[in-house]
Amino acid sequence: MSDVVLEIKNLTRRFGTFTAVDALTLSVNAGEVFGLLGSNGAGKTTTIKMLTTLLPPTSGEASVAGFSINTQPVGVRRAIGYVPQAVSVDGSLTGYENLLIFAKLYDLPRRERQARIAEALEFMNLTADGGRMVGEYSGGMVRRLEIAQATLHRPKVLFLDEPTVGLDPIARDAVWKHLVDLRANYGTTLFFTTHYLEEAEGHCDRMAIMHQGKVAALGTCKELEASLGSGHTLNDVFVHYAGSALDSGNNFRAVSAERATAERLG
Amino acid sequence: MTATFIHPLTGFIEKTFVITEFELRKLRHDFTELVTRALQPALWLLIFGQVFSRSGMMHTGNIPYLDFIAPGILAQSVLFVAIFFGINVIWERDLGIVQKFLASPTPRAALVLGKGFSAGIRTLSQGVIVYILSLLLGVKLNWSPLALFNVLIIVVLAATLFSTFSLIIACIVKTRERFMGVGQVLTMPLFFASNAIYPTDIMPDWLKVISHLNPLTYVVDALRTCMLAGSTSVFGLGLDYAVILFTTTILVFLGARLYPRLAT
Repeated sequence: MSDVVLEIKNLTRRFGTFTAVDALTLSVNAGEVFGLLGSNGAGKTTTIKMLTTLLPPTSGEASVAGFSINTQPVGVRRAIGYVPQAVSVDGSLTGYENLLIFAKLYDLPRRERQARIAEALEFMNLTADGGRMVGEYSGGMVRRLEIAQATLHRPKVLFLDEPTVGLDPIARDAVWKHLVDLRANYGTTLFFTTHYLEEAEGHCDRMAIMHQGKVAALGTCKELEASLGSGHTLNDVFVHYAGSALDSGNNFRAVSAERATAERLG
Repeated sequence: MTATFIHPLTGFIEKTFVITEFELRKLRHDFTELVTRALQPALWLLIFGQVFSRSGMMHTGNIPYLDFIAPGILAQSVLFVAIFFGINVIWERDLGIVQKFLASPTPRAALVLGKGFSAGIRTLSQGVIVYILSLLLGVKLNWSPLALFNVLIIVVLAATLFSTFSLIIACIVKTRERFMGVGQVLTMPLFFASNAIYPTDIMPDWLKVISHLNPLTYVVDALRTCMLAGSTSVFGLGLDYAVILFTTTILVFLGARLYPRLAT
C-alpha cells in the first residue's frame, strides 16, 4: 500500500451535460511507467488536467504523492512535474533561462541551482545548447528541455500529455530514452497519455485504455492481449476496447491545438 | 524535493519578482518593442499637441496647453500599451506556458502581479521619450529627484493596473479575436472620459461623473502634479495614490481568481 503514488477514486468531470471523465478509479505504483490510451475525446487530457490541479473535478477524489487534489493542491504541485501537450517553454529565452526561472519558482536553494540546471541540461543532452535561444531548437530538443524543466525539482510523479506528438521517430526515441533514464536514476513515476500504441507497448509497465471517460481495460500489455484470446496484438485490443474512433472525436479547439503543437515541434 | 519552510509573504514577493524577471529577460533579447512603443506618444505630442496648442481652443488655466497634455500623453501611451497586454496572456495559453506555470506551486497572485510589474517596467521607455520631447518643446518640467521618482512609481503602477485589467479580460474572453474587439471598445472611452487631453471642467456633467470613476483620471492628475513645474493637484496626490493602489490591489486579487480559468 505504501508504494502507491497515485490513487484515483470515482474521479468525474462534466462539461455541461457532457461527461468527459466518468467515475475513473485507478491506482499507480511508485516508479511505474503508466500509459493512458484512448481515442480522441476519451478523457485522457481532462484526467491529466485534474491530476495536475489545473481543472477541479466535478466529483470524486485523487491523491498524488499523498496529497489530495481537492484539499491540498499546493502539496500536489510541489510533488509533480507536468509536460503539457502544447509547447511550454518560452522561445524568446535561452534554454538555460527557461530552467533558471523554474528553479526559482520551485525554491531550489540558491547554492544548488547552477548544479541542478547543469545536471538537467546534461541529462537531456542539451549542455551545448543551453545558451541558445529556444526559438532555434528542433522539436525533439524543445521536448527534452520541457522534460528537464519539469523535473528540475525531482518530482515524484511526472505527467506527460502526448509527449511525442509531432516528433519524427528518431526524436521520439531520444525522448523516450531520456524518460526511461529518468525513472532508472531518480525513481520518477511516469504517467503519460499517447495515441501511439507501439510507444505504450514498448515503454509502459501497465496501461489503461479509456473509452468515453471510463477505463475500458487495464493491465500490462501482455495481459491486455491475452484478454482477447491468443494471437491478438495491442492494436486489436485497442480497437476492441476503444471502439471505432469515428463516433467520438475532439472539439475544434483541441484538434487545432494539437495540430499547432505538431507544427511547432515538427 | 527540498522541504525548506518559506514564509508565505516572503515567498509571494520573491515569486512576484521571479515572474517579473522572466518577462524582462525576454525584453533583453529583443528590445525593438521598446523603440516601437516610443513612436505613439511622439506622434500625439508632436502632431495633436502642436495643432491644438496653436488653435487656442483649450482653456487650461495658467498652464500652456502643450504642458497640460504632456503628462496626459504619457498616461495615454501607458494605457494604450497596457490594455493589449492580455493578448500575450492568450498567446501563452495557446502554447502550454500558462498551464505549466499554473501547475507549479507559485501563488496565483504572484503570477498576475509579476506580469503586471513587467508591463510597468516596459512602459518606462515611453516615459523617457515623453520627457525628451517635452524638453524639446519647451514644457516646464519639474526636475527634482523626488518628482522624478514619483513619476517613475506612478507610471509603473498605472501600467500594472491597466495590464492587470487587460489580463482579467483575457481570462474571460479567452480568444484573441474576441479580445481585440473588447480591447478596442474599452480604450477610447477610458481615454476620452479622463482629463488626459482636456480639463474635466469643460465636460458635460454626466461625463464629469464618469471621469471621476475612471482610474486614468487620477493617474493623469498625479503625473501632471509631479511632472510639471508649479502645477498643483486637483484631487491631491494622496488621493491619487490611494485610488491607484486600491484599484490595482482589487484587480490583482480578481486576476488571481480568474487566471486559473485559462488552463481549463
